[in-house]
Parts: sequence; structure tokens; C-alpha cells
Amino acid sequence: MGKRILAVDDSASMRQMVLFTLQAAGYEVAQAGDGIEALNWARTSTADLVLTDVHMPRMDGITLVRELRALDHYKLVPMLVLTTESSQERKADGKRAGATGWIVKPFNPAQLLATVARVI
Amino acid sequence: MTLDPEMAEIAKVFFQESREGLDSMEAGLLSLNAATNREDIDSIFRAAHSMKGGAATFGFTEVAAFTHRVETLLDEMRTGVRPITADAIQTLLQCCDCMREMIAATEAEQPLDQGRIAGLDSDITHILGEPAGVPPGAPPSAASRAAPLAVSTQEAIDDDPQVKGWRIDFAPVADLLRLRNEPARMFAELERLGAIVTQADVSRIPSLDMLDPEACYLSWRIDITGQIPRRALDDIFDWVDAGCRLEFTPIGVSPAGAPAKVDSQAQPANIAAQGPSRPEREAPPPGAPPPGAAPHKTTGDPGSIRVSTKKLDNIINLVGELLITQSMLSGCAEGINQGGFDRLRQGLTQLARNTRELQESVMQIRMLPISSAFNRFPRIVHELSRKLGKKVEIRLTGEGTELDKTVLEKISDPLVHLVRNALDHGLETPEQRLAGGKQETGTLELAAAHEGGNIIIEVRDDGAGLNKARILKRARERGLVPVDQELTDEQIDNLIFMPGFSTAEQVSDVSGRGVGMDVVRRNINDLGGNVQILSKEGQGSTIRIRLPLTLAILDGQLVRVGKEVYVISLLSIVETIQVTRDRLNTLVGRTEVFRLRDEFLPVLKLWDQFGVEPDSRSAEGSLLVVVEAEGMRVGVLVDDLLAQQQVVIKSLESNFKPVPGIAGATILGDGTVALIIDVADLIHAVFERERGALGRNMGAGLPGARHRVSGTSLGMAS
Amino acid sequence: MNTATTGNGGDKVATGFSEQYLTFMLAGEEYGVDILRVQEIKGLDKVTRIPNSPEHVLGVINLRGAVVPILDLRRRFGLEAIAFGPTTVVIVVRVAGGQDGRTVGMVVDAVSEVYNVDAGATQLPPDVCGSVDTIFVKGLATVEKKMLILLDIDRLIGDIIANESMHGFAAA
Repeated sequence: MGKRILAVDDSASMRQMVLFTLQAAGYEVAQAGDGIEALNWARTSTADLVLTDVHMPRMDGITLVRELRALDHYKLVPMLVLTTESSQERKADGKRAGATGWIVKPFNPAQLLATVARVI
Repeated sequence: MTLDPEMAEIAKVFFQESREGLDSMEAGLLSLNAATNREDIDSIFRAAHSMKGGAATFGFTEVAAFTHRVETLLDEMRTGVRPITADAIQTLLQCCDCMREMIAATEAEQPLDQGRIAGLDSDITHILGEPAGVPPGAPPSAASRAAPLAVSTQEAIDDDPQVKGWRIDFAPVADLLRLRNEPARMFAELERLGAIVTQADVSRIPSLDMLDPEACYLSWRIDITGQIPRRALDDIFDWVDAGCRLEFTPIGVSPAGAPAKVDSQAQPANIAAQGPSRPEREAPPPGAPPPGAAPHKTTGDPGSIRVSTKKLDNIINLVGELLITQSMLSGCAEGINQGGFDRLRQGLTQLARNTRELQESVMQIRMLPISSAFNRFPRIVHELSRKLGKKVEIRLTGEGTELDKTVLEKISDPLVHLVRNALDHGLETPEQRLAGGKQETGTLELAAAHEGGNIIIEVRDDGAGLNKARILKRARERGLVPVDQELTDEQIDNLIFMPGFSTAEQVSDVSGRGVGMDVVRRNINDLGGNVQILSKEGQGSTIRIRLPLTLAILDGQLVRVGKEVYVISLLSIVETIQVTRDRLNTLVGRTEVFRLRDEFLPVLKLWDQFGVEPDSRSAEGSLLVVVEAEGMRVGVLVDDLLAQQQVVIKSLESNFKPVPGIAGATILGDGTVALIIDVADLIHAVFERERGALGRNMGAGLPGARHRVSGTSLGMAS
Repeated sequence: MNTATTGNGGDKVATGFSEQYLTFMLAGEEYGVDILRVQEIKGLDKVTRIPNSPEHVLGVINLRGAVVPILDLRRRFGLEAIAFGPTTVVIVVRVAGGQDGRTVGMVVDAVSEVYNVDAGATQLPPDVCGSVDTIFVKGLATVEKKMLILLDIDRLIGDIIANESMHGFAAA
């Protein structure tokens, strides 16, 4: 069975792009539109990787990463933050919250797959 | 810009989403004021931010660049660096328009309006207080991913052909493994760049009792050989360099070349120093928003899907057929009365209910809340009241009221016209209002509600109301009303819907002259609805629009003429009267009119009009169905009234062509086709004929005014 | 005249590219329509008249939920009207036009045969061709010593629907 990835983004087009790319590469993908939705899903489901956008309504991606790390079954799951920022302080924020790394937007499908392959 | 087919498909979602995002940005901007809370402006920012990210991802760089500028301004506003001023909001609203155009142009693969973009860009520059001439901030690209450190040195080394490899000293933070940054994977990536020799330093491993099994105590020295650009190494260590010790030393360069060292321990100090003066960009908003509080959500409900209208129409057609079959089976069951068939009848009753419920829920899929039409108005009112120097507060009620997508799309423009009209002619200036003993700020209200199978939309203002004396005078001047004709207040008000009638003493650039209220009424009639105005001088006006919820089904009255059955929309029927000889007069030549209370209705014999053989050619004993469209009324003579029922509207055009006087067709329970009468079309035909007949018989002296008066008397009382 | 023939048995193989035609009778003439265009053949049910339409537009019927016009070819070709008899049928065809094609019923005296016609063996029509204006004729073919008039139904039906003026209201 393929690895399962939880993709969180409030933008439907970004979700679709991520979904399409990852599915085409044989991953199983679960989607959520914001942090709350993702967290609710994650409470009862496992994933091999979490990809999350930062700016989202209700719960942002940094908070999501922090909350997920607090869950036993996500303690050791790689988490990547999708961000348009390349500044060090943003990355530091992500790291402090518990993110494994980040993907800087914009990225193309090949870049996404290469980055995902670095962690799972 | 060409995308592969899948990406092009997803780009469509991006365009749609951007439009929704812009709508929500616009709504958010319009609600901004001194008391705005952080969450409101955050959601505006988020909409811009998402759009920028998407545009960049799909390669729409100009959209991304412009949106980035907007985002920068919004970011400063939300972090309190930049005050929220009316000018800034105005500029941002214009930016929304511009972005909307950019999206539309990009989707249509048309060139962008560079002048406009540059103009707004310089407006933003001005607000940001940046020196003019600073090039618009480009969106972050892959190129900017490399850490901005010692660039010149680094590039020099990148270019240095003497670099034979690198020595990497890497002492990661203890959290390395906890965050799932696996050193083994990083080494594997390095190995892809060149041969590596790795030495692990185990000296920091504590004694077993002190050991945290999840922590990383190792550090490494890695020698990698090959002509490897420094950036490739940065990429590999990008995620782990913060807080750790990471040094890259080139191997094989001349001693003069300065070693590029990265001591990441210095980083946190830098951040601390810069922190307070720089706006936070990705920090969560202080005070987590309550769950579910997403007033300006940019996406639809997570549980919603986009379905093409064509697919839905297909299902709706099938359900329509199911309805017909059910009705046909019921018809069969009527004949089976003798014993033992009760269960069949029961089953049919159940089928009837299921079918109806299924139809209703399928129809629901096409239903959208009217908010998507209403939401444009705060913006329109904001801009117009500025332009007109009026103070207007807009209220929206019943935004959740749902109606068919097609009806919704088609009602939008008439509503805009009515709102513009109310602002331009209805509401007074602050001075006029104060002088009239009213509050300085006028109110414009848009309200929607369901009533039976219809939706009622009202546009209310508390402005000056219609000037009845002036309307009547104008109508008389134009020969629309004979001098001696007395009209009720209602009748006078509704004269404004007459073709060519305009009460504006001067044409303003707000209401313009292009479309009149007659066009508004025609559009509403075309949707099978009607419109009325109620007005009190000095107190305001209410325009009331009644529309069917959907164009796919219609509440119909079946009428019979001879052997033919026709359907008339119940919405257009005012009343039905048994005809008596004494109330039927031949006015001029062959023109017949029917006296209904104090007005004379032109009579239309459906059998003559449609060329069918009636039960009897004498009108006596026939039924007169009084119908109304576009403010004109006609009595239609038919032989009999049959059932009232909902009918599924079928097009005559799809396999044939439009037929004058016929709006479409439907299939009755017995499987036969019945035609649906186009009331407006019939009424036009009658008035054309009347005019012609009168012209021939009476010369130009009488402009057919009596008929037209009866036509204009909107039957709100009846 | 070169002909390729075969009855519905199809035992003779036509040379070259052949097309199948459904033929029908109209006042003694035999006409053919491309069989791929024929949806079904049915009896004449109750037709709902369309007001103010020319007499060869008999009206519309319900064909499994679709509203389909019924055209009387006899009247359209100016032939003597006859009472509908036991062989009178409606041939439902799919033609070009409208938004994405139209479904239309044609009333004919009787359905005849299905023939394979060699595409290379048809002739251009002479100026007059049975009762039909030659612009509606794709070609002539001789099959089993009979002459078939192969109709261009897209053109014929399109012309009937588009060009026949509906009587306006004023005239009513």
C-alpha cells in the first residue's frame, strides 16, 4: 500500500494540484481545508507525512504542526510547511513548532515530489 | 503560458477560487472601519496571500507580482504598521477590480491592462511611503530559496572551477530526529552529488541513564568531492541549519579564497535584533480565533463539490421524466377501481411522494443563496454614495434565501439598476435629509424571502419617494395617460415602468439613460416574475420583485380550448372571470374589450390567436383569464379551466425553433405534450394589433390611450 | 448505370465504400436516408399542434421525455394529402442544427427496405428529381432496377425548420 499523505490547504486549486501530483506518483492523499479540519481528521487517522499551508482560516499551519506534534501518533511523522516566505525567521517559526522542513511556493509538481521523497 | 491539460484543469479551479477570494476581500474591505478586529483583516490578507501563492504556482507571474504588492500593504495594515485609511481602502478596492480583470484576462489568454496595473502599483508605493521607482516586489521564486548569506563570496566560489569539493562540519540540534530530519537521508542526497566520506563524532553521547533516546547527540564531518555548487548543499541542509553548527569549507581553492562559513548559531541573535521592527508574517494571530469563526471564508464549505450545470440538468431532466411516468401510472390506476388494487394505488401514492421529494432535492442542487448577488451591493453603494455625496447605510436581509442559479444570474443586473436608481433618485443628500427632519444617513435595504413557490426580493429606501404629481404630469405630457383619466396612487407609481419613462430631471452618470425601468421590468417578466413599486412621498419607496425559484418547473394553470390544452403560468394570472354578454363590448371594428370594474381589458380569443376550433365561437359562457405582463393586462378567452399543477418546462427550440406566443412545452400525465403560453408575447401581440386597428379606424386622434391605461394599471390590489 | 446491390440479407458484398440506407415510400417514389441517422420508426401518436405553423408541421410529440416535432413530408413536397393508413409511419431521425443536433420525426407513406449503396455508384441528380427540389438530394442510386432518391436530410429538415415562415400574430 502506498504511503498516506495529509495535505492541508484552504485553497482548492492548491489542494487539487498537490492531490493530483501526489496521487499520480502513487501516494494516498487525505485532504483538509484548514487546521481544525486536519486536526479532527488526524485524531482518528494516521499519515506518513503532513503537508500544510501556513495561512488558513480557523487554524493556521504552524499551530496545526504544534498540535499534531502533541498527538502521540504524529510525534514522529514528518511535517512539511508550504510557505511563500523564504525568510529565516519564518522557517525558525516552523521548526520551533515542530516542522521537519518546508517547501517554498511557488513549486511545480516535480519540486513537490522531490521534496516529499526527501522525507518518506 | 501553456499548462499541461491536468494543470490547466486545476488552473480553472484557481480562477474560480480567485474570483471568490476577491469577492470576499472586497466584502471584507467594505466592512473595515475603526472598530475592525484582527480576524477581519486577517481574512482579507489571507485571500490575497492564497491568490498570490496560486498565481505563482500556475506561473501567472504578473498576477502574482501585483497580488504580492497588495498583500504587502494588507500585511502592514493587519500588523498595525500602516493605519487603515479611507484612501488605502479605496486603493485596495480598485486593486480588487484590477486583480479581477487580470484573472479574467489571464483565463481568456488576453493581454493585461499594463497601464492600470502600473498606476495602482504606484498608488500602493505611495501609501507604503516607498520612494517612487522601486520596482514592484517580485514574488519569491525558487531562486530566492538559497539562504541570503555571504552572497558575493558564495557566488565567487560557485564559479570557481578550482573547487574540488567541500568539507562539511555538521553538529545538529538535539531535536533533529524528533522533527524527522533523518541524517541518513541527507547523506544519501549528498551522495548523489558526489562521493562522500563521513566521520561521526560520538563524543557528546551522554551516559545511558542521561540518554534521551529521541535526541540526537552525534555530529559529523563529511568530505564530499566533486565540483558542487554551494547552493546544492544549502538546499540539502536548508531545513536543519537553524540552531545547529554547520560549516562548509571548500576543498581545493587557493588559500586566498575566503572560506564560506555558516555559523548558524549567529542566526537567532539576528532575528532577535530585527524582530520588533519587522512585521511578523506567518505568526498565528494572537488569541486563537474561536473554532468555526470564519466570517470571510474564501472557499466553500469543505463538504461541497463543484458539479457542472450540464450534469445537473441531465439529472433534472431524468427526474422530470420520472415525474411524468409516475403521473402516467397514476392515470392508469384511476381506471382500475375493482377490488385488490388498493395496494397498487398505495404504491403509486408513495411513488408520487418519493418522486416529488426526489425532484425537490435535485432542484435544490441548482439552488444558490442570493448572497452571491447581494454581496456586490455594499461595494456599489459605497462607491456611488461617495460619488453622489450622499450618506447611505446598506442593510442586507435574507441573504441565505436560495434560488436557481440561472434566475440568480439573470436577476443580478436588474437589481443593480434598481439600487443605482434608489441611490440616485430616491435617497436625498444629507442636507436635504436634515432639512426634512430625517437622519443624515439614509438607509437602503435589500431583502429576500421565500413566499410559496416564489422568491420575493425587495429594494427599500427611506428616501424621498416618488413625486406623484411630477410622474403624472410627465405621463400626460407624453400621452401615456389621457388628460381626464383619474389614476390611483399605485397606478401613478407604476407608470415609471412604462417604456421610455424617466423621472430624472437630468441624466446623471449614475443611472444613465441606457436602461430604463421598462427594461428592468421586461427582464423580470422574462424570468417569469413581476415587479411592483410602492412609494410614499417623503418616506421612501419599496420595489418588490416576485420571481419563480427556478426556470425548470412552473406552477401552471391548464386551460382548454376545443381539443387543445395549454399551460399558463399561475404567476401571470391575475384572476379568472365567467364572461357575461353585457360586459363584453366591441369597441372599434373587431376589437373587443371586457369591462372589469372600472377598466376595459382588451380581449384575446385564444382560438383565433392559435387557430383552433373552440367549443363555441360565442364568448358568452367562456372563461376570461386575466393575465398580466410588463404592466399590461389582457383577458384571454378559453373554453375551460382544468387542473393547476407543477409542470416541467421543456424547450421547443432544442428540436424545433422558437414559436411566437409559446414559451415552451411540457408533458402531461397522459404522455401528451402541452404548450406553455408566453403571456408577455401574447400581450404584445394584442397591443400591436389594437394599435394597428385603432390607427386605421380612428386616424391619429386617439393614441389608443384607453387600452394603454388599462395596461398600466398594475393590479396590486387584486 | 453502375450499381452495387444487396437486400437486407447482405449476401452480396458491395465493392468499395458502401453506405446503408433506409428507404421509404412517398407517392410512389422511393427515398433513402442514411441509416445511421435513423433513431427509430414508430406509429403516429397524438400530436400536439403548434399554433400558426405551416400545415406540413403536424405538431410535437413526447418521445421519451423529449419534445419532438413531426413533419409531414407529403405536404412538404406539395403532394396530394392522403388519409394516414395502416402503413403510415414516423421515421425519427437525428439531424444537424440547433444547439447540438435535432431529433425530428418525418411522416411517410411506408417504410420499404434497407439497402447497401456503393458510395461510388451514386449519380448526381438531374434538375428535377421526383417531387423534391434537387438541393435536398445527395444523389441517385439504382438498386434492384429501382431508382432511389438519396436525401440530404440535414439540408431538408434544416430548411423546413428554419425557412418556412411561421405565420405572425398579426395575420391570425
